[in-house]
Amino acid sequence: MTLVAPAAPGELRVPRSGPWNQRLLAGPKLGGAEPLADHVGRLGGGITDWTGRAGHHQLLERVRRSGLRGRGGGGFPTAEKLAAVRRHGPGSVVVANGSETEPAAGKDDLLLRLRPHLVLDGLLAATRILGARQAFLVAHTAPAVAAVEAALRERPDVPIPVEVVRGPTNFVGGEETALIRWLEGGQALPRYQPPRVVDRGWRGLPTLVQNVETLAHLGLVVRLGPEWFRGAGVADEPGTMLVTLSGAVEAPGVYEVPIGTPLPEVLYVAGADPGAVALLVGGYFGSWLRAPDVQRLTLSRSGLRPAGATPGAGVLHLLPQGTCGLRESGRILAWLAAQGARQCGPCAFGLPAMASALNEVAKTGSEAALEQLERWGDQIEGRGACRHPDGAVNLARSAASAFPDELRRHRSGACGGYRPSLLSLPPAPDPQ
Amino acid sequence: MSGRYLHVDPTLCVGHRLCAEMLPELITLDDFGYPIISADPVPRHLGRLARRTVGACPALALVMDGNPSRRARRDEPRPVPPSG
Repeated sequence: MTLVAPAAPGELRVPRSGPWNQRLLAGPKLGGAEPLADHVGRLGGGITDWTGRAGHHQLLERVRRSGLRGRGGGGFPTAEKLAAVRRHGPGSVVVANGSETEPAAGKDDLLLRLRPHLVLDGLLAATRILGARQAFLVAHTAPAVAAVEAALRERPDVPIPVEVVRGPTNFVGGEETALIRWLEGGQALPRYQPPRVVDRGWRGLPTLVQNVETLAHLGLVVRLGPEWFRGAGVADEPGTMLVTLSGAVEAPGVYEVPIGTPLPEVLYVAGADPGAVALLVGGYFGSWLRAPDVQRLTLSRSGLRPAGATPGAGVLHLLPQGTCGLRESGRILAWLAAQGARQCGPCAFGLPAMASALNEVAKTGSEAALEQLERWGDQIEGRGACRHPDGAVNLARSAASAFPDELRRHRSGACGGYRPSLLSLPPAPDPQ
Repeated sequence: MSGRYLHVDPTLCVGHRLCAEMLPELITLDDFGYPIISADPVPRHLGRLARRTVGACPALALVMDGNPSRRARRDEPRPVPPSG
């Protein structure tokens, strides 16, 4: 069984279900940031015209009825998070998180570079709902910072200071408590919770940390209303989501996909190699899916649940033919182990041990190493200050169960996967 | 009265292992020498010993409060990639 039906030669790949690229990525395909005039021309009026005299209760109710969930990976209902911060009254802080430290992801960066005003609309809407006193926008690359700064200068409707910051480069630096420490001038390392950042965040103030894509959707919800927002996606997970697709596809990159789209369709549109081995969903914290799962599952939290997977932040990597999933997983796990903050014992010592075990499994198919992997995964899970170890354990477990044929082959001393990897694994930077 | 639970702040714990010596009923060690805290509420007959164990932690990493353990809620949150 192949992952995706092969395209006929010369066949135009038109998505069969809309709206692809119709919301966040709608409008002209520009080389650079969409200017404010074009943005307003397309969507009509500034965000203040749309919020009008609506109070924060009404605006929050719009968000609640939209069913918007976070697009940074957690999938938490946005209205609940807003309400948790709003409960403390005005004077809170908003952090737009575009730090995107996952190497295989590129959607936040693309959004900030091409559609900064969509994100700023959402940031200002959140500010309005919360009565926030200060906002930050964190971007991963210098071009994204420049695009957002230029966009901010264009806008007449920014009532509070918005500081645009280039984010930390260490993987765990994008986690919300780490990011807040970074914005306070400290090292980008996670802290133990509670207190939750919605209660005590930046400089002790209640803080909303929201992914930049989530904010872009939020801005559109406030402008166009919850019914419009529910016109795409599925009932319990409405809207579209940005996915970053890499690996064995003809056209890797960022796609805007209605939530609930069948996985084969997503792969087909990007020109996936029909002979690809497996699909990694949810990025380096994610899960490997083989052909039968890919054929039957859809891209949503509920759609992926039968396979124990989640869309995460929309990172998809298609493992090419001739590449070994076990070896690739071992490389990812070793990279994740090196990216830990080295604050918590179970993560600092457990992940490197698990990475060694997985690499041993990838070399020899060792039963003993597989058992160790399982034992250490059970021991480590849930015992870090942040969820870094949990994500790494998830990947290791998935690798150990998704590649039974490869395991057998390795036990007889063979491996079918010597092709060069297409995974993005940058050298580990120093902890910030 | 609702139950009391033990927690360890993993960023403070450096693996002194005193807690596992004092309260093996609720605290065991993983293969790396760090404490695994029972997700169950502290039983009444161990309450005094649990308080003494909290006080004995040289890193001040062990606490007891009314919040159920995060590990107990397996079904709840999933790992969040860092740009959450």
